[in-house]
Amino acid sequence: MLLAVVETRKIFGGTTHLERVFFYLLALVVLVVFFAGLGLRVKKYMAGRPLDASRFRRARVPLEKPGVSAPVPLTQTGVDIAANRTVSRRNHAVGGAHLLLFWGFLGLLAATIIVGLDYDVYGNLTRIFGGKELSFFKGWFYLGYNAIFDTAGLAAIVGAVWLAVRRIRDTKSSVALDYTRAQKPRSGYSRAAMTAGDHLFIFGLILILFTGILLQGLRIDAAGFPSFERWTWLGYLVGSGFGALGLHGSAAGTAHFWLWWVHILMALAFVAYLPFSKALHMISAPANLAVRDPGNTRRLPSPPSGHAGYQDFADFTSKELLGFDACTKCGRCHSVCPARTGGAPLSPRDLILDLRQYADRKRGIPMVLDWEERPDQSGPKNLEGRLAGEVIEPATLWSCTTCMACVEICPVGIEHVPTIVSLRRSLVDAGEMDPTLQAALENIATQGNSFGKSSRMRARWTKGLDIPIPDARKEEVEYLWFLGDFASFDERLQEISRTLARVLTANGISFGILYEDERNAGNDVRRAGEEGLFEMLVEKNMEAFSKASFKKIFTTDPHSFNTLRNEYPAYGLDKPVMHYSELLASLISEGRVSLAGLDKKVTYHDPCYLGRYNRIFDAPRSVITSAGCELVEMPRNRTNSFCCGAGGGRIWMDDSVLAERPSANRIREAAELDVGYFVVACPKDYAMFSDAVKSTGNEDRMKVVDIVELFAEASGELALAGAASEEAPES
Amino acid sequence: MAENDVVVIAERVVGGHPDVTFELLGKAKEIASALGGEVHCLVVGSPEGHECLGASDHLHLVEGEHLWPYNPHAWESAVSALLTQIKPRLVLASTGTVGIDLCGALAAQSGSMLASYVVDLSVEGSTLMAVAQLYGGKLMAECDLGDGPAFVTAIPGSFASQATRVDGVANATSHAHEAAEVRMRHVALTEPEKTGVDITSEELLVSVGRGIGSQSNIDLAQELAEVLGAGLSASRPVIDQGWLPKAHQVGKSGKKVKPKIYLALGISGAPEHLEGMRQAELIIACNTDATAPIFEVAHYGTTADLFDLVPEILDLIGG
Amino acid sequence: MKIVVAMRQIADLVEELEVDASGADIDREFVKFVSNEWDEAALEEALCLKEAHGGEVVVVGVDDVDFDQTLFGALAKGADRAVKLDCGFEGWMPTAVRAEILARWLREESFDLVLTGVQAADDLDGQLAGVLGARLGLPHAAVVVGLEPDGSGFKVTQELGGGVTLTSHATGPLVLGIQAARQAPRYVPISRIRQAMSAGGIEVVEVEAPSARAPKVTRLFAPEAKGRAEMLGDKPSEVAARIVELIRAKGVSVS
Repeated sequence: MLLAVVETRKIFGGTTHLERVFFYLLALVVLVVFFAGLGLRVKKYMAGRPLDASRFRRARVPLEKPGVSAPVPLTQTGVDIAANRTVSRRNHAVGGAHLLLFWGFLGLLAATIIVGLDYDVYGNLTRIFGGKELSFFKGWFYLGYNAIFDTAGLAAIVGAVWLAVRRIRDTKSSVALDYTRAQKPRSGYSRAAMTAGDHLFIFGLILILFTGILLQGLRIDAAGFPSFERWTWLGYLVGSGFGALGLHGSAAGTAHFWLWWVHILMALAFVAYLPFSKALHMISAPANLAVRDPGNTRRLPSPPSGHAGYQDFADFTSKELLGFDACTKCGRCHSVCPARTGGAPLSPRDLILDLRQYADRKRGIPMVLDWEERPDQSGPKNLEGRLAGEVIEPATLWSCTTCMACVEICPVGIEHVPTIVSLRRSLVDAGEMDPTLQAALENIATQGNSFGKSSRMRARWTKGLDIPIPDARKEEVEYLWFLGDFASFDERLQEISRTLARVLTANGISFGILYEDERNAGNDVRRAGEEGLFEMLVEKNMEAFSKASFKKIFTTDPHSFNTLRNEYPAYGLDKPVMHYSELLASLISEGRVSLAGLDKKVTYHDPCYLGRYNRIFDAPRSVITSAGCELVEMPRNRTNSFCCGAGGGRIWMDDSVLAERPSANRIREAAELDVGYFVVACPKDYAMFSDAVKSTGNEDRMKVVDIVELFAEASGELALAGAASEEAPES
Repeated sequence: MAENDVVVIAERVVGGHPDVTFELLGKAKEIASALGGEVHCLVVGSPEGHECLGASDHLHLVEGEHLWPYNPHAWESAVSALLTQIKPRLVLASTGTVGIDLCGALAAQSGSMLASYVVDLSVEGSTLMAVAQLYGGKLMAECDLGDGPAFVTAIPGSFASQATRVDGVANATSHAHEAAEVRMRHVALTEPEKTGVDITSEELLVSVGRGIGSQSNIDLAQELAEVLGAGLSASRPVIDQGWLPKAHQVGKSGKKVKPKIYLALGISGAPEHLEGMRQAELIIACNTDATAPIFEVAHYGTTADLFDLVPEILDLIGG
Repeated sequence: MKIVVAMRQIADLVEELEVDASGADIDREFVKFVSNEWDEAALEEALCLKEAHGGEVVVVGVDDVDFDQTLFGALAKGADRAVKLDCGFEGWMPTAVRAEILARWLREESFDLVLTGVQAADDLDGQLAGVLGARLGLPHAAVVVGLEPDGSGFKVTQELGGGVTLTSHATGPLVLGIQAARQAPRYVPISRIRQAMSAGGIEVVEVEAPSARAPKVTRLFAPEAKGRAEMLGDKPSEVAARIVELIRAKGVSVS
């Protein structure tokens, strides 16, 4: 029996031997369930392909940035997890609440472990070997323990209640919390179980936390408020509350007894529930963050050997399977996705949830209130169907613009884009695609460009120039200019290419082009899932590079830039690759050119493949501001830039099914700013937004311009043509 | 039968005799007179409506089992038999299904010269000279057909057809043909469904091509057509994509139209399409590619983007 | 059912075709040669027939620039055999010569159907199906848009123009010029073509180039831009005004 003068408390709530046996048997069962559940999951991951280690052996890319194009160092992952940085990004309120819950919960977990160590380990060891059961759960240790972990308990409760209130309050208003599918199965579906599971998780957690605090109060109340329990400050406060309500002595003791069992049974149930529910993310999310590799999206992995694309469960990597389990359905990917926003049948979250359900069903792993129900065996319930095509609808896979907004914002480090491309590869292998995409791929295969023009016409744009463009295959140049298809063949963009050529020549830059030897770089071909054609294009371009002499490459197209910079090194490219915005910015920073103030009010759109993919945010902005323009940022800028809808081969597909084209959505965002110019640094953006400005009726208010047009005008090369420049709003 | 005679194969398979037959008859007369021969016209299967083929010197009406409706195998044997009798210098047909079915095989059997896609034909001395349109209309080939027997299939619309629709036939001969072995039998002849859409009767046609981009953009053209009180037609790619029903198709495999005004939006002008609309009184073409062949037949053209242009027109006429 | 598909190469029409020094042929030096698009439709129809009814698809053709690419593409799509008839011929081959080479090879083969494209962009002396049919003494039909095996033979649907179609029943073997297959030609991923290439499998047959009568091209030239349209410019508002004016001037009532 414990003495009142010793600062400690009774650990076990029950009194009889039977109760003790019951508790330990139950705890044993719970632990078996918990570890069996975890075991099933780990076995599931092991059934996937091991990580592609060859990726790590490839030549490192110059300027490779950890966390951007290379795996995140573990120390940084540790900091990210400890500070919940990925959770608080772009949402500090939720991040703060989650941080409170996260640390509060960890504290309480530590508290439970300490008690277990004392009572079950130390106590038993001393009893067996020393003959007398000892405890360190007393005195100053006890007081400090209570003071600290009461605080943790409060933090956890505050965090959990905050999150719960927000979930209840915002379910209707928040896109992220709306579980309506982007792709509607013909047979209908229900996600009521998922919603119930969310509520069970958060309210169950709150109940466990809350009963824990109540228990302390009842215990202290029943013990007659010993003064040392003031250290158990929260319990003391709650106990005082009970006292004030007239609950004292043995009545409090009885209440404590029953509540203790309620609390313990709930806590044990939670442990058993964890590996089969949303609560799993407590383990899977940090694990997935530890193995995440953002370079995976910038530099796509090769297909599994023997399969052109993902065809069955075993094609997924362990990492992908772990990622599916890490998803908390937070919906951040869902809200930023341009496809979903435009009304396309793709939501990155739905895709991950479908794949998780498919994987779990395949492996026979049960889930508690975390599955979508359907009346038929379609979608993720179709275990025998084709993975790409039946389990996941082709239209869903084709909707992705590979803009990477989902990968960027995912708080648990899921990499959606490589998975989507891997699944697309199977569709391409089966020849299942939009006829317009097929035509583009066929054009690229025969003539090396998506325009269906003769490869000999590639340098036709130079015809309108009074200056000769050096042929890098014939003379030595410092920079090899890789234009890409749009800058070479699209009539609107050819003029911009000529402007860039004039600007560079005027500023004494030594550059040349590959003329008819340049081929589509293959970035979007690869992302459309045509790996074989991508490899063919790489071979052709590498062959052309080998015929030319140059020191560096710069591109007009950010898409070409991405693949040349991040993917070509694996095929032997060892030259630095720049974007023309960097080249223009360096002309300014080196003082080689002086720009006159243009006095224009503009906004700038970050191209996905320049900004989010390759973290080039400041170079184009410095060109804009150096040209004397007032730059007004759109709400969605830099890493949160909103895709124009052209990436990943989407530009070759029919987008008439969309309720709103992403480009139109973006122009509406810019139209709120009252700026006269919408500045771009990407040929595809120029094409997409020029159309969108018209289709949204903003033609008279806003003009789409390329940064080089601003540069040229500011350096006196030429004035921006067109009525919009005069009519553009002043200031 | 003279070795300088010219034979025209009448290609009526349904309805009345097609324009191309009269075009060929006109050209046949020209060639025959240059060669000093006569013009024969072969009407196979059904003699119905042959009265208007009076421009020929000799009309041969061939009838027999399996010859009507059109049967490529039976026609080949019937025409072959007749040509053996006539022994002409030149046989004319169109580069259409019947002409393609018959001429290649008949020329091969008889070891004659054959030129296809012909748009011009003349006699120089004793040789026949033809100009053929090749490579999708990108190049023309002037060729020498020699002084022996030759087959020519011409692209419809190449020769003027006025004044050759002559009624009353002087020299009509009937032939009975019995095929030795018939390996093709008629099953069905299907005429286009009467959908209520009749683009051939419209005074004004708004016609869309590949440049329209997608099915949803058809609505824009539809709106323009409604506002103008015009019919809506299309070129083959639009029909093949299923964006408009077949009844709207203009061209070789669709309808031949002669509206007062033909407004071509995003149509590049493949030879097969031009065949179906070049006789429109006024053709206005809108295509961003300044080198599109449509501008060769159009009276007015613009390289403005149709998506800019159409809304402007709608604004102007208060749509 | 054994289906032979006769395929060939043709200058890619996206190229700017130039006339060579002789003035009577295109400059073949720098032009990209691709598979004839109607032959691709014929191949597609053959593959669809094979998938629906079983059988064998054999692709055959006279060797030409990059013809291996076409054959490997066909193998990758599902053709069972690919045969290249090599006669050392270079340049513009008349249909009569091509038909004779193919006919000699086909006489040694058994087959139920020969499918080929209805036409090619340069088949000046006639479309292959009819010429080949005559050389083989087989029934043939052109502009075929429908094909179904039917008991003793095939139901063949031809397009007669003006939206009229004709369906006939033919007893095989027969030679057909395909205008369109039941579906658009399938896409074959480059990786599959590469697999086919590494597997090899093109049968090469040495043949002799026969002579045949064909028109002698004396001059090849780009058509004159006669009757060129009067251009209205490219400023939408101005062009729109002109168009409305033109329509009204024509006396067509516009609301």
